[in-house]
Amino acid sequence: MFDDFFTRALVAGIGVALTAGPLGCFVVWRRMAYFGDTMAHSALLGVALSLFFQINLLIAVFGVAVVVSLLLLALQRRQSLSADALLGILSHSALAIGLVLVAFMTWVRIDLIAFLFGDILAVTRTDIALIWGGGVLVLAALVWLWRPLIASTVSEDVAEAEGMKPAQTRLLFMLLMALVIAIAMKIVGIMLITALLIIPAATARRFSASPELMAVLASLIGALAVIGGLFGSLHYDTPSGPSIVVAALLLFILSLLPAAGKNTADRAGNQGVR
Amino acid sequence: MLMSNRARAPKPESQLVSLANAGIRRDGRWLVRGVDFSIRRGEVVTLIGPNGAGKSTTAKLAIGVLRPDEGSVARLSGLRVGYVPQKLAIDWTMPLSVRRLMRLTGPLGDADLQAALVSTGIPHLIDAEVQHLSGGEFQRALLARAIARKPDLMVLDEPVQGVDFAGESALYDLIRSIRTTTGCGILMISHDLHMVMAGTDTVICLNGHVCCRGTPEVVSQSADYLKLFGSSRSLAVYSHHHDHTHLPDGRVMHGDGSVTDHCHPDDGHHHQEAHDHAHDHDHSHHHHHGDHAVVKGEGRV
Repeated sequence: MFDDFFTRALVAGIGVALTAGPLGCFVVWRRMAYFGDTMAHSALLGVALSLFFQINLLIAVFGVAVVVSLLLLALQRRQSLSADALLGILSHSALAIGLVLVAFMTWVRIDLIAFLFGDILAVTRTDIALIWGGGVLVLAALVWLWRPLIASTVSEDVAEAEGMKPAQTRLLFMLLMALVIAIAMKIVGIMLITALLIIPAATARRFSASPELMAVLASLIGALAVIGGLFGSLHYDTPSGPSIVVAALLLFILSLLPAAGKNTADRAGNQGVR
Repeated sequence: MLMSNRARAPKPESQLVSLANAGIRRDGRWLVRGVDFSIRRGEVVTLIGPNGAGKSTTAKLAIGVLRPDEGSVARLSGLRVGYVPQKLAIDWTMPLSVRRLMRLTGPLGDADLQAALVSTGIPHLIDAEVQHLSGGEFQRALLARAIARKPDLMVLDEPVQGVDFAGESALYDLIRSIRTTTGCGILMISHDLHMVMAGTDTVICLNGHVCCRGTPEVVSQSADYLKLFGSSRSLAVYSHHHDHTHLPDGRVMHGDGSVTDHCHPDDGHHHQEAHDHAHDHDHSHHHHHGDHAVVKGEGRV
C-alpha cells in the first residue's frame, strides 16, 4: 500500500495534520503563534547538531525545541524584555546559528531547502511510523491533559486556585509542541510548521461552538488541506509543503465568506454544545 | 485577635486558611507585607483598601496562586476553593459557552449547573458564548461557576463589578445566603463599602499592610479607615449610588425607576453625605468612641 511515494506522502501528511489540529487550537487560544514559530525555527539548529554529533535527527530537533522553550520561559520570568522581543531574538538567532553551523560543516551535503520547506515526497515508511506513533502519543496526552489545559488557557490563576497545576500543564504542552515540530518538520518544513498549526485552527473557529469541536474540526480541515495541497502539487508541479499551506489558506478564506459563516453558524447552533 | 467578632469562638481546626505575617515582593517593592488573618468556616472576611493596596495580591496569597516571600500561608489540606478573579479575559478565538465555562475545572451535573445559573439570575444564558456576555452577565456566570463547585472557601475579587445596582444587592444577598446554607468561608474584595458593611463578619482594611480590622461598624469609625476613605473621596466615588428617593410607603425608588423594599440600612457610607434621611444619621454614630481607640491599638501591624 505504501509503495507509491504519493500514497506515503498522503498518509504522512494526514497524520501530521490530525496531530497538529488540536495543538494548533491551543496555539491560537493562548496567542502563542510567534512562540510556535520560534520553536520551529530552532529546529534548524537541531538539524545542524544532529549532523555534527551524528545523533538521530528527530531527537536532536525535539531536544533543541525543548531547550529553546525552557530558555524562553526562564527569560520571561525575569521580565527584562517583552515576550515579543525575546521571541524575536530567540527565533532568528536560532535560525541563523543553525544556518551558520550547517555552512561550517563543509563535509556534509544537506538539502537545506528540504528542511526549510519540507520534503513530503521523500517520506519513508519509517517516517510514517514515527509520524503516526508520535501523533497517537501527542493526541493521547492532549486528551489526558484536556481539562487542565483548557482551564489554564482560560485562566492560570483560576486553575491554580482550584487545585490544578498550570505551570506543569504548560511545560507538558511545550513538550508536545516540540514533539509535533520534530515530526512535522519533514512534511511542511521549518518555515511553514506554524502555518499548519494555526491556519486550520483559525478556519475551524467559525464552525465551532465548543473547544472540543474546534479541535476536531481543525484536525479534519488540516487533513483536507494536506489532501488538496498534495493533489495540487502533483497537478501543477509545485513544491508540496507550500502547496499544502496554500490549500489551508484557501480553506480559511472560504470559511470567511459570509454565506459559509451563516449556514454553519445555524448548524453549530442546532448541534448545541457539549 | 479578630476583635468583637459576631461569630463563634475561633477553633484552630476550623480555620480554612490562615496567613501569618505574609508578604510578597516584586522588583524590590513590597506589594503587601505583614498580613495576618484567617478565615473560618462560615465566616465572611472582606478586604477593602485603595487601588494598589494589595487586595488582589493578598487574595492570591491566601489561595496559593502566589507564594509568600516572607511569612507563611497555611491552608486546610484538600481545601476546595471557588475563585472569581478580578480580571478574566477569554480570547475570542476560544468558543466557550456558559455551560462549558461552568465545567472549567471539574465535572458538574446538569441539575447543579442549572441551579447555580438560576441563583445568579442567568439561566437563559446557558448556551451563550461567554465573549458575547455583558460585563455584569459575565460576572454572574463566574459567580455561578464558583458557587456550583460547592467550595469550602469562596474567594470573590470584586464579584459584582459591572452588575447593575439592583442586581448588585441581589448578588450580595446571594453570597450571604450561600455562607449560611453551605457554611463555606468567604474572602471578598469589594469597593462597595456600603455593601461590605452589611454582610461581613470581619473587615480588613489594607494599604500595603493591615491598617485596621474588626467588625464593619468598628472599622468604619476608625481613624485609619477615615484617612483612607475620607469623606471627600468617598463622596466622589460613591455619589452615583445615591440617585434614589424614599417613597411615602417606605419603599425606595432608584434612579432607574425600579422600586425596592429597602435601601440597605447598613450602608456604611451614607453618613459621609449631606443626606437628610433620618436613618442615615441614626446608624452612623453607633460605635464612635470606645471602638475607635481599640481598633487603632489592636489592628495595626
